Amino acid sequence: MSDGHAELPVAARVRRLEERLIAAGLATDAELDEILEQVFSSASPVNGARMVARAWKDPAYRERLLADGNAAAAELGFGARGHLLKVVENTATVHNMIVCTLCSCYPTSLLGPSPSWYKSFAYRSRAVREPRAVLAEFGVELPDSTEIQVWDANSETRYLVLPLRAEGTDELDEDELAALVTRNGLIGTAIR
Amino acid sequence: MTRFAAGARVRALATDPDGHTRLPGYARGHIGEVIEVRATWPLPDESVRGIVRAEPVYAVRFPAAGLWGSGSHSVIIDMWESYLEEAP
Repeated sequence: MSDGHAELPVAARVRRLEERLIAAGLATDAELDEILEQVFSSASPVNGARMVARAWKDPAYRERLLADGNAAAAELGFGARGHLLKVVENTATVHNMIVCTLCSCYPTSLLGPSPSWYKSFAYRSRAVREPRAVLAEFGVELPDSTEIQVWDANSETRYLVLPLRAEGTDELDEDELAALVTRNGLIGTAIR
Repeated sequence: MTRFAAGARVRALATDPDGHTRLPGYARGHIGEVIEVRATWPLPDESVRGIVRAEPVYAVRFPAAGLWGSGSHSVIIDMWESYLEEAP
């Protein structure tokens, strides 16, 4: 993280917005700080990875995860509130990839703070147009026969990719499986 | 009641609203298929102006070939009912 974050134009814009909210009596500084603290103290891709590992181990959990992502997150003690959480499953023939073209919506509590490339105009515009080229730049080469589905997230609906389980991992326990899952795997810009 | 069911062929309106909207420019005028009725949520175009009116929201799959003229992937976008019409 850069040391000059506070001087970035976006930081000034956020601060100005906060001031307007506070001046309008819609929020207090303390409330805003508390929300941010809650969001970022526990937000981590380790949470999403745990959900994936559980789904790989437990077919019944996998079904619940695909049917109701919010409930499946809550089951493991993770918050995913204020939005619908949809989990999209990669298969031998389908690869899923997440983007938010309008802004940068993302299930922060399960994936941690979003990477800067996720918020970049380049990723947001190219992911929907040429996902295969974008994936190649992430080092992901998929067979031509693999169908790519790009999910354009928004404030109400956020996504998490359930990656394909690696072969030869039958003996691994849940912790070991979770360690195989990366943040990019949960976004769909890595195989897992 | 929902106007469209899963499997319905729909077209995103080609309009260019004056104010805020969640209808992405790249989908306007394009044909897709409803894959799921998501929920009933306030239309952002109105709620930004203080009018809270909920309506059905659909997950709609748009083939890349239609959106961009090439590509074999598909893009799935949440579309508020007001953004859609029946595909011709």
